[in-house]
Amino acid sequence: EQNCYLIIQFHPKDTPCCFQVSDQKPLGSWTVKQGQCITCPAVYNSQTKEYVVVTDEKVVRVWKDEDISIEKAFKATVSAEVYRIHSIPDREPVVLFRCGAVRSLDSLLSAPQQPVEKVLSEEEVIRWSTVVQTEQQVVLLFSTEQKDEHYLYVQRFSPNTLVKHRLETHSTPLSFAATYRDGNIHLLYLFSNGCVYESVLQTRPTGLAVSESVQALPRSVLLQLPVGEGELTSASALPLDEAHVAVVGVPHPSAGTGKDYLCLWNTHFQTLQAGRELAGMIYGQLWCYSGKLFVPHGKSLSVIPFECQKSSLASAVGKLKQTSGTKESKAPTLVASWDTLLHGESTQTQKSRVTRKSVRHMVGSVTEVQKDMDAFLCGLEQGELQVAAGRLASELVARCQADPTFYPQATLMQLVETNYMCHSVCPNLLMLALEKNDFRLCQLCLQLFHDIPEAVTCACLKTILSVQDAELEQVNLEADSLLFMKTLTQTTDHSGKDSGQRNGFSPQVLEEESCDVPPDPVTKDKKPAKDPLALDMSCPVGLHRGVLINEVLQTPYSDNLLLPHLKDLTVPQVILLLQYLRFLYLKYSQDVHSQIRALRKPAVTQVMDWVCLLLDAHFTVLVLAPEAKDLLSSLHMFVRSQVKLYSELGKIEGSLEALKKSKKSKEIGQYSIEVIELF
Amino acid sequence: MGEFKVHRVRFFDYMPSAIRALAFQPQREKIAVARTSGSVEIFNCADRFFQEKIIPGREQAATEALAWVGDRLFSAGLNGVISEYDLENQKVKYTIDAFGGPIWTIASNQQGTHLAVGCEDGTVKLFEVCEGKIQFEKNLAKQKGRILSLSWHPSGSRIVAGMMDMIRVFNTETGQSVHRLLVERGIGASRSVECVVWGVVYLSDGTIISGDSSGKVKIWDDLTGTLIKSHQVTKWDVLALSVSQDETSVVAGTSEGTVVQFQFLSVVLGQEDKEWVQTRIFKNHTHDVRTVLELGTAVVSGGMDTQFVVRPLLDKIEERGPECVLRKIQFPHRSLVSCAKKAGLLLFQYPGHLELWRLGESDGHGASGSVLPVKRKPEKLLHLKIKGEEHICCSAVSPCGEWIAYSTVASFRLYRLHCDNNNVSITKVSKLPKVLSSANQICFSSDSSKLFAASTCSSVHVVSLSQTVHKFVCTLKPKSGSVQAVHLLAASEDGKWLASANSDREVQIYNLTKMKLHSTVPVYNSGVTAMAIHPTTNNLFMVHADQQVFEYSIEEKKYTDWSRQVQRNGLHYLWLARDTPVTNVTFNPKNPTHIILHDAYMFCIIDQTLPLPDSSSQFYNQLTLRSLPEKDRTKHSHAFKMCKTFKELMFVELMEDQSLVAVERPLVEIAAQLPAPVRQKKFAT
Repeated sequence: EQNCYLIIQFHPKDTPCCFQVSDQKPLGSWTVKQGQCITCPAVYNSQTKEYVVVTDEKVVRVWKDEDISIEKAFKATVSAEVYRIHSIPDREPVVLFRCGAVRSLDSLLSAPQQPVEKVLSEEEVIRWSTVVQTEQQVVLLFSTEQKDEHYLYVQRFSPNTLVKHRLETHSTPLSFAATYRDGNIHLLYLFSNGCVYESVLQTRPTGLAVSESVQALPRSVLLQLPVGEGELTSASALPLDEAHVAVVGVPHPSAGTGKDYLCLWNTHFQTLQAGRELAGMIYGQLWCYSGKLFVPHGKSLSVIPFECQKSSLASAVGKLKQTSGTKESKAPTLVASWDTLLHGESTQTQKSRVTRKSVRHMVGSVTEVQKDMDAFLCGLEQGELQVAAGRLASELVARCQADPTFYPQATLMQLVETNYMCHSVCPNLLMLALEKNDFRLCQLCLQLFHDIPEAVTCACLKTILSVQDAELEQVNLEADSLLFMKTLTQTTDHSGKDSGQRNGFSPQVLEEESCDVPPDPVTKDKKPAKDPLALDMSCPVGLHRGVLINEVLQTPYSDNLLLPHLKDLTVPQVILLLQYLRFLYLKYSQDVHSQIRALRKPAVTQVMDWVCLLLDAHFTVLVLAPEAKDLLSSLHMFVRSQVKLYSELGKIEGSLEALKKSKKSKEIGQYSIEVIELF
Repeated sequence: MGEFKVHRVRFFDYMPSAIRALAFQPQREKIAVARTSGSVEIFNCADRFFQEKIIPGREQAATEALAWVGDRLFSAGLNGVISEYDLENQKVKYTIDAFGGPIWTIASNQQGTHLAVGCEDGTVKLFEVCEGKIQFEKNLAKQKGRILSLSWHPSGSRIVAGMMDMIRVFNTETGQSVHRLLVERGIGASRSVECVVWGVVYLSDGTIISGDSSGKVKIWDDLTGTLIKSHQVTKWDVLALSVSQDETSVVAGTSEGTVVQFQFLSVVLGQEDKEWVQTRIFKNHTHDVRTVLELGTAVVSGGMDTQFVVRPLLDKIEERGPECVLRKIQFPHRSLVSCAKKAGLLLFQYPGHLELWRLGESDGHGASGSVLPVKRKPEKLLHLKIKGEEHICCSAVSPCGEWIAYSTVASFRLYRLHCDNNNVSITKVSKLPKVLSSANQICFSSDSSKLFAASTCSSVHVVSLSQTVHKFVCTLKPKSGSVQAVHLLAASEDGKWLASANSDREVQIYNLTKMKLHSTVPVYNSGVTAMAIHPTTNNLFMVHADQQVFEYSIEEKKYTDWSRQVQRNGLHYLWLARDTPVTNVTFNPKNPTHIILHDAYMFCIIDQTLPLPDSSSQFYNQLTLRSLPEKDRTKHSHAFKMCKTFKELMFVELMEDQSLVAVERPLVEIAAQLPAPVRQKKFAT
């Protein structure tokens, strides 16, 4: 059952209890005899459906749900003191002895009195242990303390190997947590000075023989938590996914020194994602099972469902763009509603169930999906939408990738248009749109996503430049951007004639080799055909292609990262793009663009930056390409015209300065007699 | 056209005083302005904000607030008295002590039945407005701490008072305090300083809006007494608030010199729910904005930097016209300088004294644009301090320079000046006719033999002056029976005619040989800002606040042909768009077709022989004409010769020796004398 969680809990020393979380009722409770003492948390062996507990450090007891009394159930006395029993789903539980030896429960119970070897030295005490299940095997980790030195042992099975690492410590480690991710075990540990470190352990033992001296465990700082006054005493850190860590027992950075907080941190961006004060005493304990956090505090155990979004800077710093005019923007929350949670309401679980349900529902046809989505989206609040949109999109994209016939374009558009998405939330979406040649979605993504990697931008550009014009012209693009391109190309004809003379500036002058000779109007009239600037004013690309290129030009990028990807473009593509950029620049220098009212249009600086970048990336190739010769020479002419203009301006700088000075009225005293003449 | 030698005079240290309060009279569209000097000015919004009346101030007046009740204007000040003004005769009608210590604010209810004043001792006092007086009615429940601002609920049943650290709402029937709204203090260092609620506004839906010294504009609900919203608009104080008549817009004046507008708008398009939203910020002042008015179509503000600023709200104005320009009124709309043409003397009128200067001399000649060497420096001949608390309301020097006259609301003084070379002495004329107790305007005849003094009910007293005896001749009265005071007088060169203009816009012409009314110029719907009688033709030349010019032939009792032609032709739009009124008209006796006018930013010579400019011609064409060769100039020239060489002009007059006098008062010099504005963080400081 998904909603039924078994918690095996210790009540004061002698009563293991089993609770069902969903209705907060104990499912079962067993008591050991007076005088006996439970020394290790009870575990549930899912293979045999039995509970296992250790009393008085050496007596292992096994019983089932039906058993009313533990006393009557199976028990075995082992030869050494047991530290802990770890249960592993679908595997045999593992028993860790205080001396550091490890046995599987099965083998131990078959011969309870078997001798147990001493792995640890006399003063070495186990502080913590856990079991990590990887794809192939199980790894047992435990940490020990010996005279203020801390060690970590990694026990691997079949073949059994034990590796000892030294933990570099400046203060006491308070909690450990290990997770298996991407083929490695990530060990997260919190020190009492507030440092959270992460060490990566390989699942397989390294080929190197274990050297005599114990190696220090390599580590990296994940977080430096605020500790407030004094050191932390009971605190615990738990990784939720690769980017999020839950911490309990550490002060909230913006709320004084009280340590009774549960905080969710984003380790990528070092931002606090959510935080909540917990009532009552904090025990420094924290567990996480199937998307829920379990925190004991005071006399209660809070169960908090959470959801980790794909970690993007935008969501971390709360800068996801929101549609204007709506309510106050909500910061992205991991936990949608604290209050309902911590006041015993169970609405949240229902809501998350809805999410899960609808994700599961993404299995129907395109139209069904659309229908489900409509119903689902309108039932959601903004905060939830934020969480849901990314997940839904990822789910849909995954399905599209698996099933080439499935492509719910309208639904994806709808999700992107919620404005709660960014590229990092669903990195495959834009690539999918490109793959499917869905340029409408592509345009929308380019407009709304602010975190598109340069490689993807370049891939978009490449596709846009290479796709057939006929196919492009059928695409339905956004009206405003189309209008801009239309006006830009329409103004070509009539503005082309008179624009050359604007402000007395004639670009032909610069075509002449001898720039110092003033333009001769006669020659100008004689050979108008030779004026490349006036001639080449037709748009080199189709309307729709222009629109899409404009979108690419407006996406943010950083030149160093973009440059290597630009080299992927082929020479004809580069030439086409350069021609288009030149066209834009020419239009802009004619002051046409300022007359066009459009919400989005590439700025002249963006155009120039792209020209520079393209030339940087492909200059050597372009120089050798004969078809690029005209283009290069005309671009060269622009540069020369600019240089010329600025040098001329530089020449008259002195005169302008003098003009400015002479404008300043001369100092007039209290009285003067002046002569004026009126005409 | 000709060359002029210009005496460029900058030693008139005119210093306007700060604007303390504004009050709007919606029926007549008049704005009353109170300055810290105690003077009150009346501006006519419908007539291009022409300053129609000036009630001179007095020492220690300390006017804090103004209130209109119908056509009656009241003020209250830190001297603890409430004054009502006699707007016809431009003086205080009566004062009444409120007996509550200094008064910070005065407010009238919309019904026009009561005035409320807020006093230093913590009382709000209600006065009943009766015929010709006001009568104390009651005190509202006395509070601890001064009452700084008051606003009546439009129904008149409640009144809200801004105090120190709190706002109180009173029931005006019972006099009891209904609500106490606590206003939180500023943060940081200002936490220990009391928060002063400088302005409150009570809207008909029960919303109370307050502005306080912590820089916040707060919106309260009077039903529950709770704060609805708080807007931090400045780091300094919010000093004034004003609401538009339709209650959709509120403006707040701040110490930073900004005026912040709030509008009652629906936040979501198409929805009914409305909120007060901060919309615009106007920055037209360098110093504290002490008072603001939201007129619906414009925001009027005034403050420490002495400027009266009219900022049009272009979204509320449908037609483009003279009302859609930003107006900054810095100078009074009447001349504070008079001039003895024959003697080369200038008389400067300050609030508390007069200065007489003799112009300098130069014998050189120079090309146009050159500065001539000054042979003799200008010389201050006289510094005449007045007696008493009242400020001077008008003054004049006779053309020969022998007589000086001034008047306050309480007294009239005439002095005789003796000048032999370097010795200057004056003697006060003691036995003046009794009728000359006070004057609104003074003028001498051109031969200095007669004195004209404008008095109550548009009458003008004529007194003949001689070495020994000063005889009252007669009182000239218009037939219209207007009760308004005369604000302009003009005597003809030949001594036959006298013209007077009053604030009812009537212009009367009297025959001085017969000593009776000769004719009345047809009333035009804009006030006369300057007028003069031509020395040779005896035509009366008038300029109005809407920049229209008229020439009226006195002998023929009709407008001249030129004037008719101007009206037919229409004036150039750039002339009509000028935003300061013409304040002086003078003539060139050598060139009878020339009329010299000036406003604050230009002076101009109208040549009546030249064609009038049409709308297509270049109006400011002096630079073009200068660049043209001599023979082409006539083709391009038109009647208006505009000269913008001199700026911030207070006075321009042509002396008898054909030299011009231009009295300039650069605004930077006024600004330099102002106290330092509040410190504002600027980039890189």
